[in-house]
Amino acid sequence: MSNNLRINKNNFIDQTVRISFKFNGKKLFGYKGDTLASALLANNIHLVGRSFKYHRPRGIMTCGSEEPNAIVQIGNDPSLTDPNVRATEIELFEGLEAFSQNCWPSVNFDVGGINNFLSPLLPAGFYYKTFMWPASFWEKYEFFIRHSAGLGKSPTKPDQDLYDHQYAHFDVLVIGGGISGILSAKLSAEKGLNTMLVDDKNYLGGSTIYQDDNNFKINNENSNQWIKKQIEDLKKLPNLTIKNRTSVAAFHGYNYLLARENLNDHLSSYERKGNIRQRLWKIRAKKVVIATGAIERPLIFSNNDRPGIILSSSIKKYIDYYGVKTGENISLFTNNDSAYETAISLNKSGVKVKVIIDIRENSNSILSKQVERSGIKILKGYTVIDTDGYKKIKSFDVMKLSKDGGSVVGNKITYKCDCLGISGGWTPMVHLFTQSGGKLKFRNNDNVFIPDENKTPSKQISVGSSNGDFELDDVINNTVKNIKIFLGLDKNDLENLNIKCSKEKQKRNIWLLPSNKPISKTKPFLDFQNDSTAKDVKLALREGFKSIEHVKRYTTTGMGTDQGKLSNMHALGIIADTTGTNMGDLGTTTFRPPYTPLTFGAIVGRNVGKFFDHTRKTAIHDWHVKNKAQFENVGQWKRPWYFPKNGETMHQAVQRESKAARESAGILDASTLGKIDIQGEDASEFLNRVYTNAWSKLAIGKCRYGLMLNEDGMVYDDGVTTRLAENHYIMTTTTGGAANVLSKLEDYLQTEWPELNVYLTTVTDQYSTMSICGPNSKKIIKKIIPSLDLSDESFPHMSFKNSKINNVNCRIMRISFTGEHSYEINVQSNYAKDVWERCIEAGKEFNITPYGTETMHLLRAEKGFIITGQDTDGTLTPSDLQMDWIIGKMKYDFIGKRSLYRSDTIREDRKQLVGLLTDDPKEVLEEGAQLVESLDKPIEMLGHVTSSYFSPNLNKSIALAVVRSGKKLKGKKLIVPMENKNINVTITDTVFYDKENKRLNA
Amino acid sequence: MKNKYSIFSLIKNAFSGHENWQRAWRDPEPKKEYDAIIIGGGGHGLATAYYLAKKHKINNIAVVEKGWIGGGNTGRNTTIIRSNYLWDASAGLYDHALKIWEGLSQELNYNVMFSQRGVMNLAHNLQDVRDLKRRTHANRLNGIDAVWLNTQEVKKFCPIINTSPNIRYPVLGGTLQKRAGTARHDAVAWGYARGADEMGVDIIQNCEVKGIKRNGNEVEGIETTKGFIKTKKIGVVAAGHSSVIANMAGIRLPLESKPLQALVSEPVKPIIDTVVMSNAVHAYVSQSDKGELVIGAGTDSYVSYTQKGSHNIVEETLRAILELYPIFSRMKMLRQWGGIVDICPDASPIISKTQIKGLYFNCGWGTGGFKATPGSGDLFAHTIANDEPHKLNAAFNLNRFVSGDLVDEHGAAAVAH
Amino acid sequence: MFIINCPYCGERDQTEFSCGGEAHIERPKQPTELSDDQWAEYLFMRKNIKGIQFERWNHIHGCRKWFNVIRDTSNDKIHAVYKMGEKPPIKSL
Repeated sequence: MSNNLRINKNNFIDQTVRISFKFNGKKLFGYKGDTLASALLANNIHLVGRSFKYHRPRGIMTCGSEEPNAIVQIGNDPSLTDPNVRATEIELFEGLEAFSQNCWPSVNFDVGGINNFLSPLLPAGFYYKTFMWPASFWEKYEFFIRHSAGLGKSPTKPDQDLYDHQYAHFDVLVIGGGISGILSAKLSAEKGLNTMLVDDKNYLGGSTIYQDDNNFKINNENSNQWIKKQIEDLKKLPNLTIKNRTSVAAFHGYNYLLARENLNDHLSSYERKGNIRQRLWKIRAKKVVIATGAIERPLIFSNNDRPGIILSSSIKKYIDYYGVKTGENISLFTNNDSAYETAISLNKSGVKVKVIIDIRENSNSILSKQVERSGIKILKGYTVIDTDGYKKIKSFDVMKLSKDGGSVVGNKITYKCDCLGISGGWTPMVHLFTQSGGKLKFRNNDNVFIPDENKTPSKQISVGSSNGDFELDDVINNTVKNIKIFLGLDKNDLENLNIKCSKEKQKRNIWLLPSNKPISKTKPFLDFQNDSTAKDVKLALREGFKSIEHVKRYTTTGMGTDQGKLSNMHALGIIADTTGTNMGDLGTTTFRPPYTPLTFGAIVGRNVGKFFDHTRKTAIHDWHVKNKAQFENVGQWKRPWYFPKNGETMHQAVQRESKAARESAGILDASTLGKIDIQGEDASEFLNRVYTNAWSKLAIGKCRYGLMLNEDGMVYDDGVTTRLAENHYIMTTTTGGAANVLSKLEDYLQTEWPELNVYLTTVTDQYSTMSICGPNSKKIIKKIIPSLDLSDESFPHMSFKNSKINNVNCRIMRISFTGEHSYEINVQSNYAKDVWERCIEAGKEFNITPYGTETMHLLRAEKGFIITGQDTDGTLTPSDLQMDWIIGKMKYDFIGKRSLYRSDTIREDRKQLVGLLTDDPKEVLEEGAQLVESLDKPIEMLGHVTSSYFSPNLNKSIALAVVRSGKKLKGKKLIVPMENKNINVTITDTVFYDKENKRLNA
Repeated sequence: MKNKYSIFSLIKNAFSGHENWQRAWRDPEPKKEYDAIIIGGGGHGLATAYYLAKKHKINNIAVVEKGWIGGGNTGRNTTIIRSNYLWDASAGLYDHALKIWEGLSQELNYNVMFSQRGVMNLAHNLQDVRDLKRRTHANRLNGIDAVWLNTQEVKKFCPIINTSPNIRYPVLGGTLQKRAGTARHDAVAWGYARGADEMGVDIIQNCEVKGIKRNGNEVEGIETTKGFIKTKKIGVVAAGHSSVIANMAGIRLPLESKPLQALVSEPVKPIIDTVVMSNAVHAYVSQSDKGELVIGAGTDSYVSYTQKGSHNIVEETLRAILELYPIFSRMKMLRQWGGIVDICPDASPIISKTQIKGLYFNCGWGTGGFKATPGSGDLFAHTIANDEPHKLNAAFNLNRFVSGDLVDEHGAAAVAH
Repeated sequence: MFIINCPYCGERDQTEFSCGGEAHIERPKQPTELSDDQWAEYLFMRKNIKGIQFERWNHIHGCRKWFNVIRDTSNDKIHAVYKMGEKPPIKSL
């Protein structure tokens, strides 16, 4: 039976190229040019999936992106499978495997189908009204709800495909390659404008390209012939970029648009290898032409969801474009002239249409008259009231409509069929227009929302049927006229075309068609995927849900993967009718991006895996790697964390490194610390304003520690700043704070203190920093730079000298973050690795030990030095840190000063930094652990442990903490309550090691 | 008395074709005067009215809403509910809410689908570990069920997370609050509306407030598109539009209203059964009962009332999602939207009296207000009824911006949630 | 996704900029003479206008200059840009 519904002649399908594919495991074939949907229909397969809630059998209903039913899982490779793919959009490729979704065990026999019989119990919002008893059972109910919901299956292994981004700037972007888009692109490109034309299909020409009907002629040619020539001319234009298989997903402000180009999904796996799967175009266009067309509406009547019920224009496309008959016994049901075009097409292909049910009393257009002449029976003023057939439509019932259309009269007539085409008129695709901020207006005579030309954002225009023009002559003439104005064009040869077309003369619209049964006994589906019916909408209205958004959310109408493309207008219509509101006043729901679902991979592009975020490495990084460093992420930096030797644990390595640094020499790569070069005659005044302490008197060649606050008085950053020359400083910041500190300083400089003559330059990457500490550090420096006078008199603590190492300029600071005698060498980064290796070489005899951030943290904690961001959390003032000494009380102002004198910041019982010793010196506290005085409930927390280590140099556990009123509590016993034990601690001074600072000059 | 919702009423109504369900709430015209008016018909506003009527017996109340109830951030958020906050004040507030959530469906006789599927917060660097452990310890001592998980335990609880040590910011562990989870956002607004309406509260939709009328330092009423309505007590719960109302009353608030975006994927069969949030790799994700992945993005840096954010925010979020869940690369974004969140400098809310007598504000919830809805309503109702805060919201007063006694949750939750 | 016309560089994509909030809130010259209330007003209170807002932007991934923008926060339309220290080209709209 394969392909027995295929007719032979066709221009668009290459019947010489057979393509094999599988559907639910069954081997089938189609031809090059087919979509999965057309190939399935050619194989007489309509039943493709099951609906979301009632698991009703559902078939292919459309031929485009509005398809609510025929959505399938493509492939079964766990890393490449695609859920929820519309069979109507995916092009057939060799080896395609598709599976029905949301059914078990199979689409033909689905256990979930039982829901259909329970449907009386499952009206809109039923879940809000039940599953509440017993309360503890909700999770059990929910388990079943979750497992019966969902459609396809997510991949379970990482994606193997690549995605790309491309930025593009065009004078004009034309969205849609139908007739109005083609004419717009042509006019634009001929004018010399750099133009892009995108269309989501793999061909241009929209529905005109297969409109081979001599009722539609342009300059005496059938419209399909004429448009073909236009497309050929178009392709020759040099300044036009045409992208097929490209769908505009989003239209943001300022003409920023996102378009997804499919590059791979139509190819066999063999042809895909190494290709990019999808490209996301990020387009800025000076002007945008929306020519996105219109989609056909269904009609709402009972059991309008059976497989075999297809939109009339889709039947036409299947026969005219794909050469596929959607049935052998087709009838049509319509409220407009479109179905007559379908009838003519079917007739021409030898498919006799049995009957056309037209709800209009008459329709005397050229088309309808021609159909009538051809002998097809037309029932005017009739409606379909019900259908029959479970997995495929078998018959439908018809009755005469009353004059007002509110009921049916007379006798029921039953027609057998295997396919029913339905057409409820057309809906302009205004999604992108409204996404961009445009407002719609309602046109009463044919019930469409169209762009309001007075509420259209500037620099864009809607043309063709997306602007509400549905007749060929209107489409062409209005497009040409409006584009001429929009682009400021001269006269052109598209202006005076001779167009012949059939015009629709009569209109009649009934949103919810009447039936001979009470509505409660009918199933008139609105949202086919989500199984919401007209009854649900009416129930929602009865229950007081009034706004369209409420109705949508309560009934889930329009929330399927088609986002209401087929259902929204009817939902609105039924609300308007039921509440007696004008549809124009009701407004629409918001159309949200994307227009069609957009792959996460395409949105992200290449920025995944190792390109997820930049990795900043110091100039010495390779040496660290070679020496087996373990790294810590600090912001974007990779910092050596510790250097394990011979299978050491982290604890062992850190203990060894810490001891070595105090006993002989240690070396740290401190290059990640932020470095800001500050120059200008007001540099000292600037520092006075940004730091809490005074800077004017700092001598040239001297270093000073500074604390920077936020304007709210809380500690923000810290570091040592060195005065290199009269008007020249180098500031260091924390690693993580570097970028923000620079931005903040620039902000003050440019906006609050423009009178200051100061220039800030970040030199973090330009200079590398290595810190050598320990009692033997002096000897090592002496070995590297023999000429340098290292005496305490000439080069005291907190001072700096310019020098050279092997002819490379460097700055040597004698500063210490460990409490040891130490030197910091700053050198241009290109030379850093060389200088580092020289230090290592020179230090060998002193067992110089490279150490990482963990040892650095331990050593500074022994000295009670804070780390901003670890010991502070944005809620501590300098005074809270017991650093009152650093506040320049004599200073008139500095950032954050005023905040230090607010009623809360001057409280004495604030949390304050203290030291902690555990009663058991072996017990190391957990950082983040809380401190309490008593375990009586409710437990009152006094503070928490900010830093905690086992100190090898003191041979005991030490910690820093912030504790309420901590300053006054020295010697106080507190408890650290852990999950399984309570640890006793005593509050101490924050300095644990070398309280007299003797080692600085050792 | 409204008809009670249950499986029995559902069956009964099925026999009559569901023709006899009562309105969930009325659609009244405003009276001339109310004892209290709540401006803003979101979850917090409706809950406030509900508790004013229920606990404080103030029944002559109107909730005025310029659009449709639940149409603001209530209907736009990612529905995460948790109470694992660092500071005592926050923990008290959010756990109060969580406790109400646990019985809310029964209390309202409306299934809000509160699903305690757990919320996990991931740590990606050593400071994250310290911060999250600190929070976990504080939570435990505050009676909040948070535990620390190591990387293997994280993987076990949510197997689809990429816990490879080789990713850019490996998962170093995380915290888990099992009582936390998600709820059905619309149902919260509707359930409170139905409950409030039953106690006589007038819910007035499509009624925009145009002015606050004051007599000296006291409120007298509100000017609306449906005319002047007299009242002595006004509770403003207008989220992103709080400053707009404040400007009408002639006061300023420490707020900035910024776009916050979220998105959902197409629905798929169950693939992630909990809520996972990450701070450093800015991503959080859960799966709705419908099967959609619900993903929260970040805020933009600028004030905007457009309910639209920038695309780069969405892109950055999905980048983080794919870093942690590379299996989602082929999933498709179905829908993306934005809300307007009112952000306080300390990332904590304001539930407070103001300098004007009879004018109360409940705002500044920023990116995380949904989870607090029942607690916020309860405490705000208390504050309005008694003209003084409950002890659980005393810390969330306006004066903290003057005194400096902020409740700074930045360190604990700099991520939108 | 707006385009901002940096007064130093010209039109650039929004992603190159970062917003610094409401403009023309001058840092008090004599903070110590302010009451706690006045200081809080400067520090935290914002107009947060729905409509025409004067605000500060920084071309952070460009020239790193700060400047002012007049933008309608109800539709994100930018009406003018001007340098720091310059008078707004429009008073209000």
